[in-house]
Amino acid sequence: MVKHGLQRKIQYGILVFLGLCFLLPLLWIILASFDPNAQQGIKMPSTWTIQNFKDVLGDSSNLRSFGVGLILSGGQAILVVVVSVLAAYPLSRYEMRFKKSFLLSILFMTALPITAVMVPVFQMFLFFKMQNSIIATMLFLTASSLPYGIWMMKNFMDSVPIDLEESAWIDGASVWNGLRRIVAPLMLPGIATIAIFTFSGSWGNFFVPYILLQTPEKLPASVTIYQFFGSHGMVEYGRLAAFSLLYTMPSVVLYIFSQRYMSKGFSMGGATKG
Amino acid sequence: MKRKAPGSFLFLMPSVLLLLVFFIVPIILTICFAFTNMALTGAAAKSLEFVGFQNFINMFHDPDFRISVWRTLVFLIFSAVIGQVLLGFILALLMKEKNVTFRRVIGIIVIAGWVTPEIVVAFCMVAFFSDNGSLNQILGWFGANPISWLFSFPMVSVIIANIWHGTAFSMMVYQSALDDIPKEVEEAAIIDSATGFQIVRHITIPMVKGSIVTNMMLVTLQTLGVFTLIYTMTGGGPGTSTQTLPIFMYNQAFVNYQFGYGTAISLVLLFIGIIASLFYMRSMKVKV
Repeated sequence: MVKHGLQRKIQYGILVFLGLCFLLPLLWIILASFDPNAQQGIKMPSTWTIQNFKDVLGDSSNLRSFGVGLILSGGQAILVVVVSVLAAYPLSRYEMRFKKSFLLSILFMTALPITAVMVPVFQMFLFFKMQNSIIATMLFLTASSLPYGIWMMKNFMDSVPIDLEESAWIDGASVWNGLRRIVAPLMLPGIATIAIFTFSGSWGNFFVPYILLQTPEKLPASVTIYQFFGSHGMVEYGRLAAFSLLYTMPSVVLYIFSQRYMSKGFSMGGATKG
Repeated sequence: MKRKAPGSFLFLMPSVLLLLVFFIVPIILTICFAFTNMALTGAAAKSLEFVGFQNFINMFHDPDFRISVWRTLVFLIFSAVIGQVLLGFILALLMKEKNVTFRRVIGIIVIAGWVTPEIVVAFCMVAFFSDNGSLNQILGWFGANPISWLFSFPMVSVIIANIWHGTAFSMMVYQSALDDIPKEVEEAAIIDSATGFQIVRHITIPMVKGSIVTNMMLVTLQTLGVFTLIYTMTGGGPGTSTQTLPIFMYNQAFVNYQFGYGTAISLVLLFIGIIASLFYMRSMKVKV
């Protein structure tokens, strides 16, 4: 089948071309980060150096911005997991009068663009004097990823058989203990997935901290990077590239981690089974 | 066996409280503030007044608003519908039944763009499109003169950036949808000597139609809210040439301090989002 073979070759050719298009901007940032004289165009460094990384990590204000990001996103991920496990429990286990409408509103909220509520949220923060508060920002971020967290958590919890809890109840365990000792451990993959999703989503979030936080000491890495290349002009490409790569690392590492659990998540089957 | 639980509202309390304070209240505030002259500067800053539909009347007479709606549409159609949804589908389709290692390498490259945070994508893309950037460098090899992409074709630049960042999601959705198609169906078509294009058109696409619709709604909703990428790449400029609705809203509220007007624009954005969400929920055929 000559025609078939040719067709395959063309398909491989298109894929290689598309792959190169996707690779180019990434390759630039990697090469630039190891180049002492990095430019905007892509080029092989004449000498390789890790000085850029040393400079970024040697600067205490950079480290602090990573720390703030870690507190914001980490705190948010923990809160989302705890709050959504609690909410998912009755939604998964009990009959409730408003369950259906509650779940539908949750699903509805998962799809709303958060950008649209930023102006009133800012006004609210101003009114309650919460602007520039890391805790309040974390709580807002928590709320913004809760709908998705609850929806996913309920689906994960539905797949844990209720028989195990019932036998624990017969042995005298309370509902709370049943949730803590039996359901939660069985759901660890689901919990990990939600925590990772929440963390990565907020680690990369620029808009929310940019609006709600003001003083330089409280800004997470996402905003600091912008201040580097936005207002000061792009001078130190190498260092900025190194900063960006370091900042991207947690997302990449967590993505690789979550692969184990996520393989089925993309069929969207989980979401439709309600 | 499901039972009624008297204490279950205690479990729901924390989430209801958080959603109420940070989700429901802001949405209600949006609706209220959109009808006021709220501002941080000028005469309106001193006296907050109910102005009825004035903000909306101003909005629809504001050429900047109308052109922002138009730009949002262009951005949605080219970067979401044509870009991510179509390119994602083509990638998934082409990668089907290819060498496993090859597939994996291409997959990792595309997904890397998706895993990269928006702000880093913006930085990479600003460098890529800059006067001395990689794109002009490569075009130079073919003898083309350098072009100031971000200045002359800012919309094209942000659209390409969003495609680069978002396509992996669609690709992954379609890959798992395509994997679910039973092999026999396509094999039977090949025996009936159907061409590749016919198979895709009459068998593959109808079988993954559900995924296509759901994914298209999700990508559209996501793209509707895109702020970071455009704001950090072009700041909405040059001039107002990349000012989509979220950027317009930001400029009115946080640059001009016209909060009432800014909120009215949020409400429009929210309204579009609500319509799209409802379509999205319908397309998923949810059973609760």
